[in-house]
Amino acid sequence: MAPEALVCRECDASYPLEARYVCERCFGPLDVAYDFADLDPAEARRKIQAGSPGIWRYADFLPFDERPRDPLEPGLTPLIRVDRLAERLGLRDLWVKNDAANPTHSFKDRVVAVALAKARELGFETVACASTGNLANAVAAHAAASGLTSYVFVPADLEEQKLLATGVYGTRLIGVKGNYDDVNRLCTQLCETRPWAFVNVNLRPYYSQGSKTLAFETAEQLGWSVPDRIVGPIASGSLFTKLGRGFSEWIDLGLVEGGLPTFNGAQAVGCSPVAAAFAAGRDVCKPQRPDTIAKSLAIGDPADGPYALDLARNTGGGIDSVSDDEIRDGIRLLAETTGIFTETAGGVTIATLAKLARRGDIDPAERVVAYITGEGLKTLDATRDGFRMHEIEPTLEGFEAELESTLTPSGAPGGSSPGRTADPGLEPATAGS
Amino acid sequence: MSVTVKIPAQLRAVTDGEGEIEVDGETVGDALDAVFDEHDDLRERITEDGGLRRFVNVYVSGEDIRFRDGLETELSDGDEVTILPAVAGG
Repeated sequence: MAPEALVCRECDASYPLEARYVCERCFGPLDVAYDFADLDPAEARRKIQAGSPGIWRYADFLPFDERPRDPLEPGLTPLIRVDRLAERLGLRDLWVKNDAANPTHSFKDRVVAVALAKARELGFETVACASTGNLANAVAAHAAASGLTSYVFVPADLEEQKLLATGVYGTRLIGVKGNYDDVNRLCTQLCETRPWAFVNVNLRPYYSQGSKTLAFETAEQLGWSVPDRIVGPIASGSLFTKLGRGFSEWIDLGLVEGGLPTFNGAQAVGCSPVAAAFAAGRDVCKPQRPDTIAKSLAIGDPADGPYALDLARNTGGGIDSVSDDEIRDGIRLLAETTGIFTETAGGVTIATLAKLARRGDIDPAERVVAYITGEGLKTLDATRDGFRMHEIEPTLEGFEAELESTLTPSGAPGGSSPGRTADPGLEPATAGS
Repeated sequence: MSVTVKIPAQLRAVTDGEGEIEVDGETVGDALDAVFDEHDDLRERITEDGGLRRFVNVYVSGEDIRFRDGLETELSDGDEVTILPAVAGG
């Protein structure tokens, strides 16, 4: 088992395993091709189970001949059965993959771990990225852990939490006056003039392979089986399509039984180029100028949009979009029913899941996995007005008076129970649900 | 209009290594046609059925032409027309 070449997804032209990402013949994206001819599924499963407690247990399915050294190994995040959320949505077999439980609190640790290992193997001393925030955190942290110099390019108006959680690692943080697509264009240009490894530009074929590990973990944690349906966020579409690639690889190689899950993608209305193309029946996306609180998904010109559309259509799924209010409600619904606090991207995913359930698109018996890709502490503004603190004097009387007037649920319905006011279109909340 | 068309590194094999090409054209489409006249192989690399391939982005002075009039986008003297791969990011 070994990575063989970079192959163009459009025209099948083949290139050596170098820092390159574009086909010179047709300008299509390159992807890693492997030789799995010697793979024995039973032996592969045993090797994985005896492997490290993170993504490198899947090293045989990643673009390396040998398992790389990694001082900050991500992965093996919890896959949690969420019965209270399921009940609210009228489902029976619902799971949440909480990928906020990674070293820098988002799924980006997976792709960055793979990209930086490849950067070191190829001899780069400086790494860089164009980021909407989570990637910035991950590149800065993993570069620090590996002793690489890093440059992180972000839109200058990013959430403060994401800027702070990047700068602390000692990276060179560059705030670009523009949106993510401007940042991405700039980095694509810089990639030509700087001898740096841009994880999501010239190393993108390797970087994106890291997202396959989310599918591998899901299958392994479900006892070597695949779910019936997945719901995941779409920004560039890379995570979404590589989830598909991960499940497909293991199905094709016989590590798991069954067929590809139904794929449902989630976008914010304020940046929904892929959902709009899906609804219009187009196979390419028209770029948009993002305007949404889900900044981590605010990519108006998604590189993998066409492939995300193919995946949703080929599996009988879809791509939906939800409003900023629905996103806030989705964050709260997940928190109140599972104890998991997600950022806005997770709110997009949960609100989309709720929309699918409400619409009757999901058979209650289906096994559904929703992907929570980032941590709520990174986007605190989205929760700021969702509840209020009851401020009292430090006396028993002070507490009793507050309890009497506002804290007793039987008192005034809707009066002081914030967080119950705007359920994302679900059945009315009932006591104890 | 006299404009500069910037060629990405991945396509310079078909422009004899040239990264910037000065041409005349009223629209982006005209300017690209003028470049294709000089370097015929480039046409096949980035266009398909008369339009741009789906993984090719073109910018006029930093703005994606799909936010303007696509290949019909009008040019001003001195504009920079930049061709870039659309397969980065995320």
